[in-house]
Amino acid sequence: MKKRLEVLGKPRRRVDGRAKVTGQLRYADDLSMPRMLHAKLLRSPHPHATVEKVDAEKARKHPGVHLVLTGQDFPVPFGIMPVSVDEYPLARERVRYVGDPVAAVIARDEQAATEALKLIEVSYRILPVVGSAEEGLKNPEPRIHDYGEQGNIHRNQSYEFGNVEESLKSADLVFDDLFFYEGNTHLPMEQQASLAFLDPEGKLQVSSSTQNPHYLHRQLARVLQVPEASIRVVATPNGGGFGGKCDPGGHEFVVAKAALVLGRPVKIGLTREEVFYVHRGRHPVLMRMRTGVTRDGMLTGMHLQTLLDGGGYGSHGPASTFYTGVLTPVTYHYPRFKFEACRVFTNKPACGPKRGHGTPQPRFGQEVQLDKIAEKLAMDPAELRLKNLVKANSLTASWLHVGSIGLEECIRKVVELSGWKEKHRKLPRGRGVGLACSTYMCGAGVAIYWNKMPHSGVQILLDRSGSVIVYCGATEIGQGSDDVLAGIVAETLGVDPGVVRCVTGDTGITPVDLGSYSSRVTIMMGNAAVQAAERLRTAIAGVVCENLNTVPDRVVFSQGRVFAADSSGPGMTFVEAVHAAEAQLGTLSAVGSYAPPKPPGKYKGAGVGPSPAYSFTACVVETEVDERTGWIHVPKIWIAHDIGRALNPTLARGQVIGGVYMGLGEALMEEQSFRRLPEKLSGALVHRAPSMLDYKSLTALDMPEVEVALIEDPDPNCPYGAKEVGQGPLLPVMPALANAIYDAVGVRIDEVPITPDKVLSALERKAKGEPARVGPEAFPAVPYPKPTFVLPPWEGGDGNEAKRDAAAAVV
Amino acid sequence: MPATVRCALKVNGEEQGVSFPSYKTLLEVLREELGLTGTKHGCELGECGACTVLVDGEPALSCLVLALECEGRSVETIEGVARGPELHPLQAAFADFGGSQCGYCTPGVIMTAKALLERNASPTRQQIKEATAGNLCRCTGYQQIVEAIEGAAARLRSEKAKEAS
Ligand code: FES
Ligand code: FES
Repeated sequence: MKKRLEVLGKPRRRVDGRAKVTGQLRYADDLSMPRMLHAKLLRSPHPHATVEKVDAEKARKHPGVHLVLTGQDFPVPFGIMPVSVDEYPLARERVRYVGDPVAAVIARDEQAATEALKLIEVSYRILPVVGSAEEGLKNPEPRIHDYGEQGNIHRNQSYEFGNVEESLKSADLVFDDLFFYEGNTHLPMEQQASLAFLDPEGKLQVSSSTQNPHYLHRQLARVLQVPEASIRVVATPNGGGFGGKCDPGGHEFVVAKAALVLGRPVKIGLTREEVFYVHRGRHPVLMRMRTGVTRDGMLTGMHLQTLLDGGGYGSHGPASTFYTGVLTPVTYHYPRFKFEACRVFTNKPACGPKRGHGTPQPRFGQEVQLDKIAEKLAMDPAELRLKNLVKANSLTASWLHVGSIGLEECIRKVVELSGWKEKHRKLPRGRGVGLACSTYMCGAGVAIYWNKMPHSGVQILLDRSGSVIVYCGATEIGQGSDDVLAGIVAETLGVDPGVVRCVTGDTGITPVDLGSYSSRVTIMMGNAAVQAAERLRTAIAGVVCENLNTVPDRVVFSQGRVFAADSSGPGMTFVEAVHAAEAQLGTLSAVGSYAPPKPPGKYKGAGVGPSPAYSFTACVVETEVDERTGWIHVPKIWIAHDIGRALNPTLARGQVIGGVYMGLGEALMEEQSFRRLPEKLSGALVHRAPSMLDYKSLTALDMPEVEVALIEDPDPNCPYGAKEVGQGPLLPVMPALANAIYDAVGVRIDEVPITPDKVLSALERKAKGEPARVGPEAFPAVPYPKPTFVLPPWEGGDGNEAKRDAAAAVV
Repeated sequence: MPATVRCALKVNGEEQGVSFPSYKTLLEVLREELGLTGTKHGCELGECGACTVLVDGEPALSCLVLALECEGRSVETIEGVARGPELHPLQAAFADFGGSQCGYCTPGVIMTAKALLERNASPTRQQIKEATAGNLCRCTGYQQIVEAIEGAAARLRSEKAKEAS
């Protein structure tokens, strides 16, 4: 029996709130055990070299050292994606970036381990260095990896949905723009740490700051050649992840191996410098966007080309490559769409998934280009977007199914809240506003490794005490996944969240959930939790209905009581209902699971992009630009996010503001950039800034006020209608800032980060009568393959690859 | 084994003798010798503020202070903030207003805020931001941290007023 929401939708102290404010929550590095040893890694000082010899004899003899591991101890490679298994826990024959681990010392304490590291002698033979994607294209030799498409190209792909050249020809205007998005990193406040030991049964347990314990579990079994059933991975609460703890890390295999060899607990905690080396952050991406538009502002088609600098390893790169294009047609209707993408290996730390995974880069270009289009057509940028919105329950040219879409309301809301109409093109010189929109997935439609099993499982156990114990493999990384789980179960069973205990992220005891990535947890875990809780409710209702003189469908579970909807009788407490049901049915437990719907696209590659639902966001940034110094000040940001339903509005608002913060940091200052040391100092490619002091991020003082509007229109595919909020709100901030700067001082900064020196040089160009723009000047000749051609749904396609002639026949 | 020193530390109001290698920082001694892992670290280079504790009531980056230097001084950590089983108003406000997401920066920010509120019972938003600018947080975007500190300040003021009347 449906009732009004009692738990969800109201601000509530999160279930793990108390543990966090008292310092009681145990993160990975807070764990310690008797007889515990400490591990340290030796990392390569060269960006590209063959490892000729590792001599660890002296280190092995150093006092306090128990074990030294090298590449020879790890013959089996790992990689999160089955198509890029290209990394060894410790490099064997080759190092591919400064910081690539080559050896490990396990000693009685960190001090002894650090001393012993210095005694390891490694002979390297230096190889030529690939410093950027362009360099990688130009220099196919030496190959950084002996797999991939060709030369140093890791991934190369092309898709065309309808004849795009034709759609550009039929346009009144074609905009051809280049954009560049610099790489940046997650910078979670907690550095990765892991503790491995043999449990009392002799099985391996690894407690680690990982976002994806299930994938780590599988990789540990593979690399260490240990049966999966003999391994247990516990994801400790992550002190922030943002995608940086999705890949398994070399350090996790090292402590696991050492624990197996020594039979003692072994811990490692990475230093901040090492966290910069592990990276897996935002890919630097160069983009070319050609977009056709009619004089009245209707988009006719887009041709998008991207070039990704992947760093030294595959990581999530194959997925990242897709994500630099697949979500582009989800916000606005492009009748035709072509997308070419190429990822190149370089000798830098591997890039991977960071909040927004691959989509902030093209979103930046797309939304800045729309601003240019609106300017040229003398249209309001908000109107231009409203005119082209994707319709609810429709397909894109690329066969993504878009269900609910609250973007129109988001745009109207930020326009209203920000006073857009009174400000845009109307503020005094030096001040401006900019608008941009975005979308994000509520979970990837396909798992990282191919399988037909559920993406999330939840098990609930009802105890006679009245407590409700919920088991799920989902991982708390700060986003509030435990709170979502407790809230949903409490709501469904009509109990207080305080009686729900979550046991999560433990592959030894919880049903599989694929992990905290792709904004999938609320939707997938949530749907599984609803199913499990409803099964229990049905079971209990079937037993107690007789006592309550009603039918099972009329039994209400509310505020810790169970009663008949149509009677004024007192009913019974939830605990009494549990007792009655347990007496009749035996121990009360139920499982639920969730797998996303099958996507409509059937062409090869259609698996990346589909999602059960998409969130949408609109954002207005206001800025003040000092034309003498180029200094950019942001006094205020308005943002509206289509969340479906805010399960806990306090947390939802926090996620939105946190996303805006990270987006603004990327827009203004965050960059993972490198420099080449002079030849006499080895010519190596090193971080400009492997420290928090040099890697600039916003402080409390830099952060503007953010006004948040949550747009709630429950989505039928989502638990209680709730869509994602962890990633989407980051995405529109960078382009909105770029557009605001144009509004303020009339210059286009077509690359991120937007720094004062770039603003100044654009202003100088403007003063000289040159194009008032800073951004990339050229797009290299990328050997993209012949596109997979698919007809859009409205051109008679069926979602399969089609012959180009078929298109000609239809059009 | 490296040479250890013995020293008397007053932590959260309790005097205790601890032995540790002399090079250890206050952060390391708190976490590794005393098991007080509530104090976190994000860099151990004085860049992030996660390790903030109070030494004689003033915020200090425990990763930059040698434990030896704290002999005879009073050290306060997150473990000493609650009032018995009850949360301190700052702790309650952080939990209720979204001031703590992953929670990793939280102990450090709460210690910084506690020192601020002891100095200034009614700080402005700007003063709160200035006081906490050395505590990096990657999750919250700071806004709900500032709101939590404002909320706690209000509650502490009303507690004081009640005591006085
Ligand atoms: S650990 Fe970062 S300042 Fe002390
Ligand atoms: S709450 Fe995660 S770093 Fe502040």
